[in-house]
Amino acid sequence: MSTSTAALRTGVTWWRVLFVTSAALLVLALVCFAFGQAPLVVLERAYAGTWGTPYGIGQVMFKATPLLFCGLAFHVAFRAGLFNIGAEGQLALASLAAAWVASKLPASVPAVLALPATLAVAMLVGGGYAAIAGVLRARFGVHEIIAGIMLNRSADVLLPWVLAAGLGADSMRSADIAPGARLPRLDFIPGLHGSAASLAFPLAVLSAFGLYFWLDRTRPGREMRWIGLGPDACLAQGVEVPRRRIEAMCLSGAIAALGVTGTVLGYKGYYELGLGSGAGFSGIAVAMLGRAHPVALVGAALLFGTLAQAGLAVNAAVPKEAMAVLEALVILLVAGSAHGDRARRARPDGARPPAPDAPAEPLPDAPAERGRSPEATP
Amino acid sequence: MSSWLSMLPETLRISVPYACAAVAGVWAERSGVIHIGLEAVLLTSSFSSVAAAVASGSLLVGMLAGVLAGVVVSVGHALLVERARVDAVVSGVALNLLAYAATRLALRGLYDSASNSPSIAGFELGPKGGDVGAMLARVLLDPVTLAAALVIAASPWLLARTRLGLRLRACGESPEAARSLGIDVVRTRVLALAISGAVGALGGVHLAFDQHRFESGMSAGRGFIALAAVVLSGWRAGRAALACLVFGALEALQIALQDVSGTSKATTLVQLLPYVATLVVLALGIGRAAAPRGLGQRVDDG
Repeated sequence: MSTSTAALRTGVTWWRVLFVTSAALLVLALVCFAFGQAPLVVLERAYAGTWGTPYGIGQVMFKATPLLFCGLAFHVAFRAGLFNIGAEGQLALASLAAAWVASKLPASVPAVLALPATLAVAMLVGGGYAAIAGVLRARFGVHEIIAGIMLNRSADVLLPWVLAAGLGADSMRSADIAPGARLPRLDFIPGLHGSAASLAFPLAVLSAFGLYFWLDRTRPGREMRWIGLGPDACLAQGVEVPRRRIEAMCLSGAIAALGVTGTVLGYKGYYELGLGSGAGFSGIAVAMLGRAHPVALVGAALLFGTLAQAGLAVNAAVPKEAMAVLEALVILLVAGSAHGDRARRARPDGARPPAPDAPAEPLPDAPAERGRSPEATP
Repeated sequence: MSSWLSMLPETLRISVPYACAAVAGVWAERSGVIHIGLEAVLLTSSFSSVAAAVASGSLLVGMLAGVLAGVVVSVGHALLVERARVDAVVSGVALNLLAYAATRLALRGLYDSASNSPSIAGFELGPKGGDVGAMLARVLLDPVTLAAALVIAASPWLLARTRLGLRLRACGESPEAARSLGIDVVRTRVLALAISGAVGALGGVHLAFDQHRFESGMSAGRGFIALAAVVLSGWRAGRAALACLVFGALEALQIALQDVSGTSKATTLVQLLPYVATLVVLALGIGRAAAPRGLGQRVDDG
């Protein structure tokens, strides 16, 4: 318990915030200079396009929604000691399935029926696709990272084929969804008018708090966290480790699938190739930054949402890819500064060398398990 | 008929980037560092090789720049994982994002294009002409292919028989034990990743020189297919390269089939094959014990 909670507690410190922010600003300034722009002007534009206007805030919320769901998805699997890096494929397949079902619904179906049905399909497909990785890990000892990569790539190959062959769509998009399956926009809030923010964002925030509560206060949730801390001890205690692992993976996939609310149901009204892509990978970063608390998780999603929206805002002056570069750098800087920070804190005590990161925990035991999985021994 | 025969040079040509990336993966993972950033190595090296070739007018300079870029990315991954203690998966994912975004940014900055660089001349050695013999000769005389073949052929021997290879594998099997023998695990792994980066970069350079330009995202998932080959091979360089040859032959077959009928179902199936095969082979437990036992393990610097 100690390593993990310590890692959770030392999530955010002033030293790290200062370090990451200044490094990111430095890189941004360099990119601006390279494109012959004044950094402050670009920053001002980025601010005006994001938090400076109510419309911008709405856009940030819209961009943050799939990130938050995918971050949550990664988080729940991670607490169970599993790396779900397949959220990308899970979300994509679930989006396609949800859009397809929602487009088949008659226009007269009321939202109380259409929305839950569509979400259920999305969660089933996302959870089901994640279950492949979960079963392979829990029953066959296949590492979920390898499985996740292979399943992501398989989804990439399958999607255009399913769209073209299964749905008969020449263009790379599905038919429009039924009006009942559409999520209301947040238009009624005066300032957000015109932005793509929908009810999906509050839903994602609620899910974040709900999931943390569930992990803390329910039997299945607590068992998943115990497995993350020590699978062998759980086995000894009679916890059904393989079953819980599969459940955690399914839940993770189902949550990732909810990202569809922000893209298909709340915004486009149909699925097209590439819609929501990248959220699965950025979600890993969101979970890494915000694993301590649901508020931190929402904050991390908003941060990356802000970067994505800022990229569009500055695109005329500096290519939007500059913000994607910043995003990757922020991930590396945040992850990299954790160690230095902890070493700094540990040294004055002189007690012990810094404990390895919590995220490293599930990995070291996994290759060893390939040979002798604890599940196999009675 | 000639189109079937021409599959041989096509297979060789297509396989080179896959094989380079796969052998790069073997070098990295045999030393114990999980490396899912092979895409990043391919992308940065192909971009750098073209950028340097355009700037200097020399393909050799381009090749060297590409290899250097691959080494930088790979060593960066090693330092992030081993020194800064970033999780290897997080680092790999972030480097892939970074490479994709940074090469696009550089395309916009240097050539004011969102999709591709200006064209460069290829090495173009060997006979001209469209018959199979000439095609094969051109493929075999390509300096990048030759360099790649040399490095790939040497890798199994280097890993199995040399002092460096033994130390490197010791770090991959049991970093704690390796350290107790006085091996500097971190340094050995950084060195392994430098070699890995150079090998993988040859694949990226080949990709770019083969297309005579850099295109945004041109690695197109080859790094992940290479990763599949690494796992399928049981982390052995020679077999990984052979697996890539099979993947290359399938892709060549698929291209040939597309020319005939343009079937999309066959294309999809062929594209799925590496991934599904990897999952099936792993699920059946074939070669499961072959993974380096210390993969992803670090030693405490206490």
